[in-house]
Amino acid sequence: EKLAAKKKRRKEREALGDKAPPKAIPKTIENQRVYDETTVDPNDEEVAFDEATDEFAPYFNRQTVPKILITTSDRPRGRTVRFCEQLSTVIPNSHFYYRRGLALKRIIPQCIARDFTDLIVINEDRQIPNGLVLSHLPDGPTAHFRMSSVRLRKEIKRKGKEPTEHVPEVILNNFTTRLGHSIGRMFASLFPHDPQFIGRQVATFHNQRDYIFFRFHRYIFKSEKKVGIQELGPRFTLKLRSLQKGTFDSKFGEYEWIHKRREMDTSRRKFHL
Amino acid sequence: GRCYLYMKTIERAPFPRRLWERVLLNKNYEKALEEIDENLIYWPRFIRHKCKQRFTKITQYLIRIRKLTLKRQRKIVPLRRKIERREKRREEKALIAAQLDNAIEKELLERLKQDTYGDIYNFPIHAFDKALQQQEAESESESDAEKEEEEDEDTDKREFVEAESDESDLSDFEDMDKLETSSEEEREEEEVKKQTSHSKSKGKTPLKGPARRKRRYIEIEYEEETEPTTKTKAA
Repeated sequence: EKLAAKKKRRKEREALGDKAPPKAIPKTIENQRVYDETTVDPNDEEVAFDEATDEFAPYFNRQTVPKILITTSDRPRGRTVRFCEQLSTVIPNSHFYYRRGLALKRIIPQCIARDFTDLIVINEDRQIPNGLVLSHLPDGPTAHFRMSSVRLRKEIKRKGKEPTEHVPEVILNNFTTRLGHSIGRMFASLFPHDPQFIGRQVATFHNQRDYIFFRFHRYIFKSEKKVGIQELGPRFTLKLRSLQKGTFDSKFGEYEWIHKRREMDTSRRKFHL
Repeated sequence: GRCYLYMKTIERAPFPRRLWERVLLNKNYEKALEEIDENLIYWPRFIRHKCKQRFTKITQYLIRIRKLTLKRQRKIVPLRRKIERREKRREEKALIAAQLDNAIEKELLERLKQDTYGDIYNFPIHAFDKALQQQEAESESESDAEKEEEEDEDTDKREFVEAESDESDLSDFEDMDKLETSSEEEREEEEVKKQTSHSKSKGKTPLKGPARRKRRYIEIEYEEETEPTTKTKAA
């Protein structure tokens, strides 16, 4: 029945010729997205002021260099360990330490003492990583993500080599709302602020419908209008579960945003990031 | 957790409510053992022994529980199948909608246009290209003559690459030969071609060029297994 309607419409259009009305834009979920009042306007002063005074300001003013500690939950299994190692090669200036039963609450003061700026904890379940806790250390926000569809480097089909030690560029796509903006800045603060363009590597955090896709590519400009990219490095997708104001604290933390399934998952066209 | 001793006598068998008789045992382990002995005084030795064994086991696991609750405990959160499936589906659809490759490429090209890369990449406009082409056609070595026009354009643009080649680790990219034959290959091949062929001939890195070339050859080693010759015993 739909086919018949389509055919009829096409015939009408052809019959009208030049006078036909322009083609209708197909409706996508992105088009129909429920308007979110916290969408950031590029010229918004309040947002700009906020960003100048929040915890990432020293990073964006190039005062601090990121230093990252990656760790797992207790007893990590093979896949998780390999993923952590790959992640530590992707993010420059990052260190991976095993965690033998140390409480996070005690690790955090130690990290601050040793000048780490960020802490990443990868939680695993049944030998695969499935959660990520990213906390900006000197008293910064903590974001808890659910990680899915993790691909290690050897599972990605390509014939390239491993990433080098060059500082990659960062691309943050589609972080529109206030919440998305702050998460985007969190990701940006993981990488040193001055990318080395000779390395030609780019790390991408692409937000689409509340899922953040992470990819790591090497690019080359074939001509002025054509660029080739080759995927290297692990890939994974994140979904934000909660954002806390201070450092990681499960009991007394002040939650800035939690994903409440009952309220937030009701509409298919409403997204928060 | 306190422990009780429960006793059963056959006389009370028809009255299930009154069947079990209960005695609260002492908190102290040794004193509790003595109490068990007192209460089960006329019972057979074997049963008393087994009862005390059971009591020991119970106290030990109670101690363990108390210790564990003090340490950090894993919180087990049940997965909800419906929700999980829904999230998975939505993620797949989001991935398709995202069209990551295109988005990344667009972003990179935009950055190129906005000059964030500075002077690294120089893409001259077409007229300049053609002029250069002509110049090169006159004064180039034989290798250039083989290649297509587009090659020449690219080499001009690619002068920068030679400087980078030392630093970037593209050491196992395809041979020069392949590069020479097809420069404008599709992205879908997923191979990044490094076009240093021409710049070499221009004498930018005279030593490194041929040396690199040699290194780039892919070595194919064939290993042949020779079966061990069976020894025949001299009869």
